[in-house]
Amino acid sequence: MFNIRIGGEAGQGMNTIGTLLAKSLLRMGYHVFTSKDYMSRIRGGHNFSDIRFGSKPLQSGTEKVDILLALNKETWEIHKNSMTESGLLVYDPDDFSPEGDGPEKAGFPFLKKAEEIGDKRIAGVIALGLIHRIFDLSPDHLKKILSEKFSGEILEKNIKGLDLGYQEGEEKFSIKPNPDLKGTKLISGNDAIGFGALVAGVQFYSAYPMTPSTGVLNFLSAQGEKFKILVEQAEDEIAAINMALGASYGGVRAMTGTSGGGFSLMVEGLGLSGITETPLVILNGQRPGPATGLPTRTEQGDLEFVIHASQGEFPRIVLAPRDVFNAFSQTVRAFNLAEKYQLPVIILSDQFLGDSEQTISDFKPEDFKIDRGKLLKDYKEEKPYLRYRYTEDGISPRLIPGAKDQVVLVDSDEHNEAGNIIEDAETRTKMVEKRMKRMEKITEEMEPPLYKGPKPEKVELILVSWGSNFGPVEEARIGLEEEGIKVGHYSFVDIWPLPRGDWEKTLKEKEWALIENNFSGQLGSLLQKREIGYPEFFLKKYDGRPFTGDEIKRRIKEEVANRG
Amino acid sequence: MVDKKDYQNTEEIAWCPGCGNFAIRLALQEALAELNLEPHQVVIASGIGQAAKAPHYLRINGFNGLHGRAIPVGTSLASIRKDLKVIVESGDGDIYGEGGNHFLHAFRRNPDMALFVHNNQVYGLTKGQASPTSEIGMKTGVQVKGVTNLPLNPLLIALVSGASFVARSFAGDKKHLKTMMQKAIEHKGLAYLDILQPCVTFNKINTFKWYKERVYHLEDDHNPENWEMAVEKAREWGEKIPTGVFYQKERRVFAEDFPELSREEIFDPRERVYCWPELLENYK
Repeated sequence: MFNIRIGGEAGQGMNTIGTLLAKSLLRMGYHVFTSKDYMSRIRGGHNFSDIRFGSKPLQSGTEKVDILLALNKETWEIHKNSMTESGLLVYDPDDFSPEGDGPEKAGFPFLKKAEEIGDKRIAGVIALGLIHRIFDLSPDHLKKILSEKFSGEILEKNIKGLDLGYQEGEEKFSIKPNPDLKGTKLISGNDAIGFGALVAGVQFYSAYPMTPSTGVLNFLSAQGEKFKILVEQAEDEIAAINMALGASYGGVRAMTGTSGGGFSLMVEGLGLSGITETPLVILNGQRPGPATGLPTRTEQGDLEFVIHASQGEFPRIVLAPRDVFNAFSQTVRAFNLAEKYQLPVIILSDQFLGDSEQTISDFKPEDFKIDRGKLLKDYKEEKPYLRYRYTEDGISPRLIPGAKDQVVLVDSDEHNEAGNIIEDAETRTKMVEKRMKRMEKITEEMEPPLYKGPKPEKVELILVSWGSNFGPVEEARIGLEEEGIKVGHYSFVDIWPLPRGDWEKTLKEKEWALIENNFSGQLGSLLQKREIGYPEFFLKKYDGRPFTGDEIKRRIKEEVANRG
Repeated sequence: MVDKKDYQNTEEIAWCPGCGNFAIRLALQEALAELNLEPHQVVIASGIGQAAKAPHYLRINGFNGLHGRAIPVGTSLASIRKDLKVIVESGDGDIYGEGGNHFLHAFRRNPDMALFVHNNQVYGLTKGQASPTSEIGMKTGVQVKGVTNLPLNPLLIALVSGASFVARSFAGDKKHLKTMMQKAIEHKGLAYLDILQPCVTFNKINTFKWYKERVYHLEDDHNPENWEMAVEKAREWGEKIPTGVFYQKERRVFAEDFPELSREEIFDPRERVYCWPELLENYK
């Protein structure tokens, strides 16, 4: 597998170049994983995209760079120490001269040649031609992709540029595609969440733009008309969550999305969903906090926050998708759980998962069913409908308002079965119990962490991760296994309520390591509360960057060596 | 025919005897019954405060949500459930104070719903503090030397924010109030009605008598399509306080392109979600 890094200033078109390259590789039959590292600004600064590809599935970024396409000198300076020994720098000698020995260098006057062809914007395509040749890859797929995007003179110039780059390049690496990989797609975590919402039948989405969750807002806005989804950019996150709750009360599937700061504003609304038992799906795409933090970067710092947010006690579910496909399927599931149990379900993603793209096999909507729980279209019983009727499982039938002769009343105050305000101790006690008794059933339904690796009794150590760390930890685990170090891996997605299962006994008996993209080890705290005990060591990271597989592997080897 | 009694329920009422809320409730019952709307066809979204208890004291669909947040709830409901009549009903503290941001943006959006604000110029439920419309000098347990902040003029805010319907009525003028409510409910777009309501317990300045001496109906020569005239009338407050429709001009309604969903479509969204595989083609 190889990693191509494209770096430069915001506004230099790295995203476009990266997308074209990734699509070309995908169509040739490679597994692709892309990740973005960008600053919170529109122009300038230093941004880069990684496009990693190979014949085996890729689940993580990497620290190492095989090809560095440096669109400015700063990119070279920042990344030269990340390059592999066989790496190659691709640059424009009119732009800068790389000093020192370092890796092999291929300079080509991209901009000058682009201007000769007649459009300086095709400099990037010339570079792509060169890169295709370096890997001995046919540029035909890329030509097809360009023809889907452009036409006429612009297309001609692009093809000319691509051919020129290809002619000027030199074969250096070779990698066989995977012939089984026909029909795969390359999709980001945010778009996968959007697809999940579509398949679940979402009809209302309200949000205030906030990185890194805005991708979902964009996706659903683009599909709104076709799929009858009302998408609204609210004046603030408070409005966003209250709008979504209004729509959900109205009977449609509703969702809102934000990042930690916006989630903070939504907290009272979260409790409103809880006490009114109004189903709601909330996406929190985490970024490093507190307050504004690092707006365009990643962290797993909100786990304990979203579990405990809001005054009072009420049941909620927190799901932290492990990868792009899982982001899709968990979103569909989130809607079903929200309606089955009539409560808020939080999808805890992050910038790393939201912005990364991964190759996946086709989404098949027919594999997913829509479960609307106790939702009622009509009500024909003799006695009047009561929104909070006491039932054995604590879940009351939920009538869509507008049914002939029946009224549906929900209330943020404590209320009786009809939804009217009460203050008496007896009703309060019964209502708290009605809401809380669902926790038991939900806990039973929560899926235990996914286990990967040789049987637990055969491993020296078990790695414990949650959410988007799955990919990097898996790559590390496989890498360690290849070096003869046997480790296992538990990956948590269902994280609140914490599931029951064999994993509890296993972790109590085995040595385990905790890997979290935060400072304090928030899953660790939950495990301690469950009396699982303490990890042998905790690999933490809170610099705003995602873990990579090779980084985890290296750090585990260091930890193991230090312990003798 | 719908009878106003169809809207009655048996809840014990927490309003003070003599409160203006009773008259407002009765006017609303009559207004809805005369428009031939049945309780199941109407939803009240409310916030927190004495006025916001309205959906409890009627037999009607209700979303009694958070303090200040009734407008966003009503906005989405009115847009996604075009078959229902949505009324947002709350007090001055709720809509003008806690929910001020939503009040501003509601006029920009212009969702098809009515907004009834019980404006008693004081906080009732928290026992007598100043509200955003309390007058300079009003002494309370918090504003011990008297209110020093300028009262806001909600009608003027509505007008400059693009409101398509701005009206005021008075709880002590029930017939007028009922008519204003009906006009508001029938208006296509956001119909904002400020309702002057004496607070018999905590507001000793703006009493029933105080309003009665000042309130008058806008004359026939008032042209509600004339925005400048509406602004001028909205600035009038003091010796004389105008009531009536200050301004009404229909314009684009929020989410008017969004189709009306049938109950079947709401209940089972599956039909339309299977038509999407071509969307995936963008990802290869």
